[in-house]
Amino acid sequence: MPAFPKKLLWVLLALAFLVPLLHPLFPDVVSGYRLFLVSTMIIAAIAVLGLNLLTGFNGQISLGHGAFYAVGAYTAAVLMDHLNMPYWATLPCAAVVCFIVGYLFGLPALKLEGHYLALATFALALAVPQILKYKWLEGMTGGVQGIVLNKPEVPFGLPLSEDQWLYYYCLIVMVVLYWAAANMLNSRSGRAMMAIRDQYMAADTMGIDTALYKTVTFGISAAYTGIAGALSASAIAFVAPDSFNIFLSIKFLIGLVVGGVGSLAGSVAGGIFYVLVDNSAQALSLFVRNDLGLPFDLSAYTVFGVLLIALMYLMPMGIVGGVYLAWRKLRGVRG
Amino acid sequence: MKTTRRNFVGGVSTVAMLSASGVALAQKKYSDGATDKEIKIGNTNPYSGPASSYGVIGKCIEAYWKSVNDRGGINGRMVKFVTLDDGYSPPKTVELVRQLVEQEKVLAMFQTLGTPTNTAIHKYMNQKKVPQLFVATGASKWGKPKEFPWTMGFQPDYHTEAVIYAKHILANHKDAKIGVLMQNDDYGKDYWEGFKEGLGKDIGKVVKHVTYETTDPTVDSQIIQLKDSGANVFFNISIPKFAAQAIRKAADLGWKPVHYLNNVSSSVASTLKPAGLENSQGILTALYLMDPTDKQWNNNADMKTWSAWMDKWMPGANKSDGSYVYAYAVSYLMEQTLKKCGDDLTRENLMRQAANHQKLRVPLLLPGITINTSPTDFYPVQSVQLASFKGETWNLFGDIMSAEST
Repeated sequence: MPAFPKKLLWVLLALAFLVPLLHPLFPDVVSGYRLFLVSTMIIAAIAVLGLNLLTGFNGQISLGHGAFYAVGAYTAAVLMDHLNMPYWATLPCAAVVCFIVGYLFGLPALKLEGHYLALATFALALAVPQILKYKWLEGMTGGVQGIVLNKPEVPFGLPLSEDQWLYYYCLIVMVVLYWAAANMLNSRSGRAMMAIRDQYMAADTMGIDTALYKTVTFGISAAYTGIAGALSASAIAFVAPDSFNIFLSIKFLIGLVVGGVGSLAGSVAGGIFYVLVDNSAQALSLFVRNDLGLPFDLSAYTVFGVLLIALMYLMPMGIVGGVYLAWRKLRGVRG
Repeated sequence: MKTTRRNFVGGVSTVAMLSASGVALAQKKYSDGATDKEIKIGNTNPYSGPASSYGVIGKCIEAYWKSVNDRGGINGRMVKFVTLDDGYSPPKTVELVRQLVEQEKVLAMFQTLGTPTNTAIHKYMNQKKVPQLFVATGASKWGKPKEFPWTMGFQPDYHTEAVIYAKHILANHKDAKIGVLMQNDDYGKDYWEGFKEGLGKDIGKVVKHVTYETTDPTVDSQIIQLKDSGANVFFNISIPKFAAQAIRKAADLGWKPVHYLNNVSSSVASTLKPAGLENSQGILTALYLMDPTDKQWNNNADMKTWSAWMDKWMPGANKSDGSYVYAYAVSYLMEQTLKKCGDDLTRENLMRQAANHQKLRVPLLLPGITINTSPTDFYPVQSVQLASFKGETWNLFGDIMSAEST
């Protein structure tokens, strides 16, 4: 997968920071709800980024990243609720907790490859919501009732709305994490990670401590997704076991494949795609039924599925791969 | 205007109020979502995901508003009902409700379904001062006008119902040894808390308390434990699938306690028939809605109207599903509330009218049960009537009972 052109990255970043300030000019376009929606996209992007580090760059499949997302969210929620910790301080805590959980899960996972690992992680995703409801943990997690939280308050008396601040908060976290991931991948460790993905035996023979790299990657990946979970706890201001069902893990995987496996920019595209299409699928199915008056009662999931299949046919390498190929074709580059 | 309103709060009948409000509020006032032509109402329902069996409620409500518009709308305004699928996932509910409130600009949210999902938007709705009316959950936390003046429940809450069972047990079974089966979640706990409160100092009469998870295959082992505890009264807090298992297992074991079954599982078609009607004789429950599968209502006027309505507006739907009765009744209440607002379709007035129902008769509620709300009472239906199962139907007995929930 190609690297993202730097210039474009800066332009996008500048745009991302400036757009919310246009609110006074276009109150309906840059509305609080839209900013909130973009914030959820950013959160999804971070979670997909975490999964990409594991699956895209290290070749380990996970169907259970929803579990780490849940652990991150609950870590943040419990710290805020029981210890009155400020919301921003919960992010590193969630990262550490999820790193440990991910690392520990990575140890037995060393013996599992491919499909077997997928199944083990799948089981983890199924188990976590049940564990959160468990009687002994109930005092902490609030059981099925979940925990109601407060929304992040705007700091330093900045003249921003709650939604604007949430947006900037998520954006800053994503930029930092993206930068860290890009640097890591561009280092010796990153190359080792990818070597393991590409040719496990060769990497082992070359002296890479594959067991260590695989478990640590699992931990880092879990930490990224956990941070996303902690952000979502702040953004939604509520956590409950029902928020972390198995669809969440599937959603991350869809985001990953659609955005582009093994591409950092693809992770962001995937996160954005998922939230966007998930929303428009429902609008589209309503539109077909109510406005066009067609006699199909298409569920939103049907529309979503059709869109997904179409996309996979048109861009088998994900959005970023597809755009890159189209760009090359346009410029007449071959090969 | 103010004096008029004060006058009719003290007024005698609802009918008089209905006609008076039209006169008193001659001036047209609108919040977001209401115009001369349209009233926009938002809703979220789980059409997909683990709780999608509740999706029929949303579909039925949608059909109800279509039939209202077909009749000419509410005071000449068409109702636009926007219902979205949240898949029973609280983060999704937050996102969709924000979309409905901020982009679609609905006047109010109505019948948002689920306890975790409503909890997730509870604070938001009250901060935004948008009505969250007649939510579809029986938890007891939706009637707190002081902290949450923009949120109101509908059905008798689980807590209240359990208090009523407890009082009935204390009054009728002096040497009660009570066994409790409970679903281990917020719904089960709400009942359990109410039950404990109702028993008060007699809590020691509970000799055994067992729980199950919705993921358990059966509750056989729990029933054996209850039987072995020597309990002679059984309070059954379970959803239809498990309630039916419990009834059947108790019969298999030859355990014959006085059996109190929670209202959640009172459907003849989905609980008692699968459990075996012969095993279900003498079971007690508390009802507030008519059960469409209960033959005693076959000639009831409300039931006939509903049945005809279902044939016209929900063709092909399974009429033995009590969800449709529920959806019809609650939609009727919403329609009446909107009607009462007259031309003052502001969010403030909508809440004022919702909290201002006196003895409103809603079709399909049991005879004698009416809707009563006030600025301090945000629990519309608070009465139930006990019934025992005999032959193929529920036999209502005793008075309509109410308990004030706190």
